[in-house]
Amino acid sequence: MSCCGDTPGFEEIDEVSRLVARKLAAFLRTLRDNGFAVGLAEGRDAAALMASGYAARPRLLRSALKHLFSARKSDWEKFDGLFDAFWLGRRVRSRSMTAGAAKAANNPSLKTLQDKGDTRGSQFVTDQIPSADDAPDGRGEGRMEGASRAENLAETDFRKLADPDQIEQAHAAAVQLAKAMRIRLTRRDLARRRGYRLDLRRTIHRNISHGGVPISLVKRQRKDKPLRLIVLLDASGSMSMYTRVFLRFIHGVLDEFREAEAFLFHTRLAHVSDAMKERDAARALDRLSILARGAGGGTKIGESLAAFNRHHAARVIHSRSCVMIVSDGYETGDAKLLGREMAALAKRCRRIVWLNPMMAWEGYAPVAAGIRAALPHVDLYAPANTLKSLAALEPYLARL
Amino acid sequence: MKKTREDIADALAACGYIADAELATAISLMQLLKRPLLLEGEAGVGKTEVAKALACVHATELIRLQCYEGLDQSSALYEWNYQRQLLAIQAHRGEDADAVEDHVFSEKYLLERPLLAAILQEQPPVLLIDEIDRADDEFEAFLLELLSDFQVSIPELGTIAATSIPHVVLTSNGTRELSDALRRRCLYHYVDYPDADHEARIIMARIDGASALLSQQIAQMVQGVRKEDLRKAPGVAETLDWAAVLVGLDVRDLHDVSETVHETLMCLLKTREDRARMTREVTDRLLGTVA
Repeated sequence: MSCCGDTPGFEEIDEVSRLVARKLAAFLRTLRDNGFAVGLAEGRDAAALMASGYAARPRLLRSALKHLFSARKSDWEKFDGLFDAFWLGRRVRSRSMTAGAAKAANNPSLKTLQDKGDTRGSQFVTDQIPSADDAPDGRGEGRMEGASRAENLAETDFRKLADPDQIEQAHAAAVQLAKAMRIRLTRRDLARRRGYRLDLRRTIHRNISHGGVPISLVKRQRKDKPLRLIVLLDASGSMSMYTRVFLRFIHGVLDEFREAEAFLFHTRLAHVSDAMKERDAARALDRLSILARGAGGGTKIGESLAAFNRHHAARVIHSRSCVMIVSDGYETGDAKLLGREMAALAKRCRRIVWLNPMMAWEGYAPVAAGIRAALPHVDLYAPANTLKSLAALEPYLARL
Repeated sequence: MKKTREDIADALAACGYIADAELATAISLMQLLKRPLLLEGEAGVGKTEVAKALACVHATELIRLQCYEGLDQSSALYEWNYQRQLLAIQAHRGEDADAVEDHVFSEKYLLERPLLAAILQEQPPVLLIDEIDRADDEFEAFLLELLSDFQVSIPELGTIAATSIPHVVLTSNGTRELSDALRRRCLYHYVDYPDADHEARIIMARIDGASALLSQQIAQMVQGVRKEDLRKAPGVAETLDWAAVLVGLDVRDLHDVSETVHETLMCLLKTREDRARMTREVTDRLLGTVA
């Protein structure tokens, strides 16, 4: 273990380890507090490194521990600041300060959110009720008083839901729908139609007693492979009546699809998969409402898509991805940019689904410049303003 | 044999790879702690080259496993040679079925795939598991098991233990989030685009006939191009292509041949939009910033 410098003597190792062990343990705690995934094995290796001469040279030790403890790019970037602050007593540089502070601030705020969760529950339900003056008349699907309750709910436009119970049911139905879609939207059926592959190993095993003539064949079947769904949800003011229920739907989808990513946009784009992976729906939505803040200044779909194409597309889109955009298409930015970015996106992904809740409104025509520029690149343009129309999407997605 | 950090940097340089101090540390830690090295970074920053250079440093074989969606054990670990098995069964027709089975499922009929080959070498090889993020979660879990135990169990044969522990390098482009378990198991190194001086040294090491002045100019120019708002920023491989072209055209100084510079920029820009964005004016502006 004489990697660097002279090999320390036995007593020296003992001395170093005794002095350093306690401080190292504290450092590991600091790292864990900052979101590093550090286990016992890493701690042991770190102690071994310090005992073998690395401790004498701080810069080298920092570099070594950085490789050992980092697990991702964000860790990599903030490690130096944390190390300097802890071991060298230097002032933490602003970048690592904010990185650490954000993390620390996150946890308590989550807790306070959770505490508030119960009281907020009823409050956010009332958010849903559309005020009479800003809700134009729809097709009047809410009039089916005689029909069964479930059916009624399935065909009611989301913005017509007023009763908190009904809203809760709609949310639950959206989650159920997402679950059902996850189970069915696998590749299983497709693989069956194409037929099995022959499992030669097992076939030979079985047919040795026939002298190797393959009489009884053993087949193999492809494993289920989930479709990857990427949802871009418009959270601008004009969509506010639908945002909540779609968020619940997306939460259900993310929970059930192993491969799904969610983004929220209004005037800018926010990656919300992590917040959505919170198991508890109310907490997830609370976290989101913080991210979604700053809305109300119109919708810049083009710019948001550009940001998506530039920073996220390469990472999240693969060969069997479907991009689902939920928006009313009222672009306040540059419509030409939207067209260009949609073209770029269409080249990358398998399919683009555009859900526009306004589509079901009487007299709505896609005349806004934004939606007109985007439509040529959209594979499916559907209303999705009721649970039924959401469910109708499934067979389409299954054909991917 | 253990090598110090400085030795490793020198040895890498001798193999044509200009490493920064951090990477040399990572490689010395690989030996010391016997952990795999996980390299992340943009496409084209030279992640795969690290493994090649490492094989050169250790003067050993490089075994490469390219990951893809649907990669399974039979193409990564081992497979039986079915044709030969069928022939052997025919040849032993009439003999005791159990004996025949034992015979055809012996090592003679086993085809080694990269992972099995890597642990059965006499001399520890460098095992490059390229683009691990493209493989499925299941494969990642299996790999994790292999990387901690270095043994393989084959139902028909029993357990095969490693004769040597390979130097494992994993690369990822970040198209999928890797599991925390795998990340924790590995040493992590983020490979960034090199800075201008570093890149100039890479050009000089790799391209015969590239003068110090030209290398420095090319590196600065590429730095400028990367700062432009492009869909695909050029990687180190592209820089080397461009440098090779300029040297091939007998260019001594970029300022003398601004026309040629603009025309040959296609080595760096790989999409039509990027080409359209990099107009003559932009090229001249960038060229103006080059010393």
